[in-house]
Amino acid sequence: MKTKTLAALLCSAVAVPLAANAVDLEVTHWWTSGGEAAAVAELAKAFDASGDHWVDGAIAGSGGTARPIMISRITGGDPMGATQFNHGQQAMELVEAGLMLDITDVAEANNWKSIVNPPSLLDACTIDGKIYCAPVNIHSPEWLWISNKVYEDLGIPVPQNWNEFVASAPQVEAAGKIPLALGGQPWQSNLAFGAISVAVAGLDVWKKVNVDKDMDVAAGPEYAAVFKAAADARKLAAKSNVQDWNQATNLVITDQAAAQIMGDWAQGEFAVAGEVAGKDYTCLPGLGLNAYLSTGGDAFYFPKLDDPEKEAAQKRLAALLVAPETQVAFNLKKGSLPIRGDVDLATANDCMKKGLEILASGNIVPSGDMVWSADVQKQIEDLMVEFWSSDMPAEDAQAKWVEILKSGL
Amino acid sequence: MADGARRNPLFRNLTAKLAAVPMVLTALVVFAGGTVWTVVYSFTSSKLLPKLKWVGLDQYERLWGASRWLVAIENLLIYGVLSLVLTISIGFMLAVLLDQKIRFEDTFRTIMLYPFALSFIVTGLVWQWLLNPEFGVPSVIKAMGWESFELDLLHDPKIVLYGLLVAGLWQGTGFVMCIMLAGLRGIDEDIWKACRVDGIPRWKTYLFVIVPMMRPVFITTLVIVASGIVKLYDLVVAQTSGGPGNASQVPAMYVYDYMFQAQNLGQGFAASSMMLVSVLIVLIPWAYLEFGGRKRG
Repeated sequence: MKTKTLAALLCSAVAVPLAANAVDLEVTHWWTSGGEAAAVAELAKAFDASGDHWVDGAIAGSGGTARPIMISRITGGDPMGATQFNHGQQAMELVEAGLMLDITDVAEANNWKSIVNPPSLLDACTIDGKIYCAPVNIHSPEWLWISNKVYEDLGIPVPQNWNEFVASAPQVEAAGKIPLALGGQPWQSNLAFGAISVAVAGLDVWKKVNVDKDMDVAAGPEYAAVFKAAADARKLAAKSNVQDWNQATNLVITDQAAAQIMGDWAQGEFAVAGEVAGKDYTCLPGLGLNAYLSTGGDAFYFPKLDDPEKEAAQKRLAALLVAPETQVAFNLKKGSLPIRGDVDLATANDCMKKGLEILASGNIVPSGDMVWSADVQKQIEDLMVEFWSSDMPAEDAQAKWVEILKSGL
Repeated sequence: MADGARRNPLFRNLTAKLAAVPMVLTALVVFAGGTVWTVVYSFTSSKLLPKLKWVGLDQYERLWGASRWLVAIENLLIYGVLSLVLTISIGFMLAVLLDQKIRFEDTFRTIMLYPFALSFIVTGLVWQWLLNPEFGVPSVIKAMGWESFELDLLHDPKIVLYGLLVAGLWQGTGFVMCIMLAGLRGIDEDIWKACRVDGIPRWKTYLFVIVPMMRPVFITTLVIVASGIVKLYDLVVAQTSGGPGNASQVPAMYVYDYMFQAQNLGQGFAASSMMLVSVLIVLIPWAYLEFGGRKRG
């Protein structure tokens, strides 16, 4: 008994100096799948080890469900300590309304300007010269995932780009397999269109439309080719009637479908199924045509709280999220790319290495979240859903798309 | 005492009036206030946060130009008309059957009413499984020997709406049946006797005597069912989430998506104001029939 009390006293004596500035911070996010939860646990572990306490506020059901909850909590006067958003304009109005904490001092103290790569990530966090968020990872949606076995069975080489893939589709179909797996959720048709547009039109044309907002180019022949390619893809995906993205990935894993256009998070599914990159499946960044990746991803924002102690803890967390050790531990579990180029990912697999190379070479597309408002993106998503599930002619879709973009100027 | 009460009619039944104050306030502030606020802000360009920047009818013009909204309205019309006609006629027929002084009436009534105890989310998920072509009823029919049977009420955009209709009917008819049964029981026995004396067949009695007498019951049912149809949301979210494509979109989903996902409150408010208008189209004739009619009588 006595030794126990003594031990407890000793423990508390040691713990007290830490506890003096230990603060509970609630962190909300929508990372709930297996690999994602493991990645968040790394962040929580690092934050707890630094003396504060991470209160996990996971919200199930993807960003579309979680974001409204987060926003209404912040605007409704019940802010959390920190919250996940995607890079870009999602939280811009909250910042403009003065609801978010300015963490410029943290960024300057840790020299974020020179370490965050690509710099566009930090630009997306910057509003009026002040920094409001800490980027944590990069996700790129422009990947084509191909099942090697489907092509081995057919006795033809695995396609190395989108055009070869489209050319091989009739043979795949003749073998009774689905050429292109596509889930029924709205964001997936939108993602496929985004990937096709960068790959087919190339970066310069893409930038003219999405960054310089040149509507003549959007209505022009380069984008007509994009919509034609999308119409091709629509035909190839006609027989795929699954809903969730991971069910569609599973069609590729089980060799029922030849390929899927999906973000780099798909490789988590391949890994769980025990497949090896390069041997069981092939990944083609930028659909093998234009090796450009967009650099969307996740960032943490810190709502303003009235408590100076909590504010200090928020700033400690911000610094920690960008720290090299946290970046490595988190991104290896998440399957995403780190936001700084100076960390070592020796254990990364083939596909991740391809991604890192592209990042290092600077072939980077800003993500749609950063260039268009949520309203415009939702309308484009609605259009894509209609386009992919009907037989709307490519020209009509292009005309409607240009109308939507114009409304966002 | 009596004089005092006459001088101050305001203070008559004071406790009852005091007790009603919170409810009156709730109705005024939350319902009426919230409605007016929403309509006012539907004329602004509010994005994520409400701002009073007037744009006139822009939001409404955009709304009625959006193909997703038009699809949603069309879906709601098809679903609404079918659901209204079928719930009321099936509900009435079930009530008539139960009214034949059958044995185990209580048991049947309980069974029929059970689905109503489930939320639309549960209903939607249950029917998602039942209608699934690989695990559900269609596969059972195939396994029983009808090999060519193909009915995909979940993924075929042409018929997905009828899958929702089946689930909605399953959930709602039991409740309508109970209201109708109560109405049937409210008909005086003497009327039945009189009809029998006159030698009128039973089905004719129901159609030409009983149904007209049950007018108030039908109108109440109509209003309850119709307002439920306009706000249809959770069933669709659970069963099809508006898909495949836009094939089962409904107006309430448009409102939610544009208010929260697209961060465009103005557009969402415009859509919800249009939903309010459609509810009013149902409610005003009803109020006229119910309250206007009494004054004349």
